[in-house]
Amino acid sequence: MLRQTPLNAAHRGLGARLVDFGGWEMPLHYGSQIEEHHRVRRGAGVFDVSHMLALDIAGRGARAFLRYALANDVERLKFPGRALYACLLNEAGGILDDLIVYFTGEGRYRAVVNAGTADKDLAWLESLRSRRSDAAAIEPRRDLCLLAVQGPDARARVWQALPELRAASEGLAPFHAAECGEVFVARTGYTGEDGFELALPAARAEAVWHALLRAGVSPCGLGARDTLRLEAGMNLYGQDMDETVTPAESNLAWTVDLSGAREFAGRQALEKERPQRRLVGLVLAERGVLRAHQRVATAYGDGLTTSGSFAPTLGRSIALARVPAQASAGDTVQVEIRERLLRARVVRPPFVRNGRILVEPVEESK
Amino acid sequence: MNLPADLKYSKTHEWVRAEADGTLSVGITDHAQEMLGDIVFVEPPEVGRKLAAGAECAVVESVKAAADIYAPVSGEVVAVNAALADAPQSINQDAYGAWIFRLKPGNAEEIGSLLDAAAYARVVEAAEK
Repeated sequence: MLRQTPLNAAHRGLGARLVDFGGWEMPLHYGSQIEEHHRVRRGAGVFDVSHMLALDIAGRGARAFLRYALANDVERLKFPGRALYACLLNEAGGILDDLIVYFTGEGRYRAVVNAGTADKDLAWLESLRSRRSDAAAIEPRRDLCLLAVQGPDARARVWQALPELRAASEGLAPFHAAECGEVFVARTGYTGEDGFELALPAARAEAVWHALLRAGVSPCGLGARDTLRLEAGMNLYGQDMDETVTPAESNLAWTVDLSGAREFAGRQALEKERPQRRLVGLVLAERGVLRAHQRVATAYGDGLTTSGSFAPTLGRSIALARVPAQASAGDTVQVEIRERLLRARVVRPPFVRNGRILVEPVEESK
Repeated sequence: MNLPADLKYSKTHEWVRAEADGTLSVGITDHAQEMLGDIVFVEPPEVGRKLAAGAECAVVESVKAAADIYAPVSGEVVAVNAALADAPQSINQDAYGAWIFRLKPGNAEEIGSLLDAAAYARVVEAAEK
């Protein structure tokens, strides 16, 4: 039996193609995945992401606990309302999950973790907490509905649909959040566009969803979410990274704070690490579609694509690939697709940000 | 289900149309395009290639997946639909107009073993149960 979000009936009503996504019945698209992708780049789209889990971490020891549990340092969150992207590492420096943590008030934090890893994350965090005996309680918030409203027009459409949120959220800078009554509003996302992520009581989910649609926001499925995040150069947990790789091997060294003497899970392993591989972007120079798990032949040895797709904004295929660390942007590599080698160019992600293509066009051959 | 009665079908979701010149046009069914979603790339077989019935001969890729296309009957590839290189989405828009390749059949009797619309509909319904 698949788990359902509070919006399952709303998705069915819109004729969504529903699929099993990590044990959750989620909309893949509502007709055309490519059309939904363009709506987010050019206007505004809304994604039901209630399969993800919000965790509230509260108590006198909450900050000390999170400073130990996360590879990025929540000490950077000087004022309530600020957000930080961070990895949860095991002692070997392998990535257990990636998350966004919000500082919501003195002694209070909210982390949003991936659906597929939520139970494992919770068990890991509880084991760290009890080992350290930090005065912090971790509360999973399955009672919340999570919506991502994304696109250049997203914020204006949210205010149109939910005027009561305007005053609290109008002044929010990117990567900041505010609580407005029972609705949590964060200026964050997973598409490379502006927008809000909302957390609200499940009982209000349908009303808010329909208000957003009436304000001109397009319903978008997980298919478009995947092509948008790939163009934005954002990793997908379980695909581009997992417990077998470190942040440095996942283009996430910038999220690890090794300054100072702060102890955190995985630190000792990372300090000894000499990364042999790195995660880069690829743009296919020929016709075809890159997919995950294709062999990448470089001048320094073979690598492997971790995510690949047709990129609707670029009109060609792109990928993320883990390759030997010597490979660098501008290199030409070859990707094996159905026993043929096709040329691709190594680039630095992101490919697209705020509607703009950031990688140079590649010449087409054949 | 949109299944023209004048076409033949395979269990692997290809359609076959007998053309006036004796060749067979091959494409994928409306059901197949709907399952695949937005189609972004078609890799046709090479003209002149001789195919055994059931041979993998082409690939249709959507945003989410790649699907192999099988030769419904044996024969020689005599033409491919070049328009699909720049407009692969025409398969989504008109699955029965957007042929992928044409075959000169090797054995005319094999055509009789293909499914009619009603039999193909039962294949699809059985798979959905």
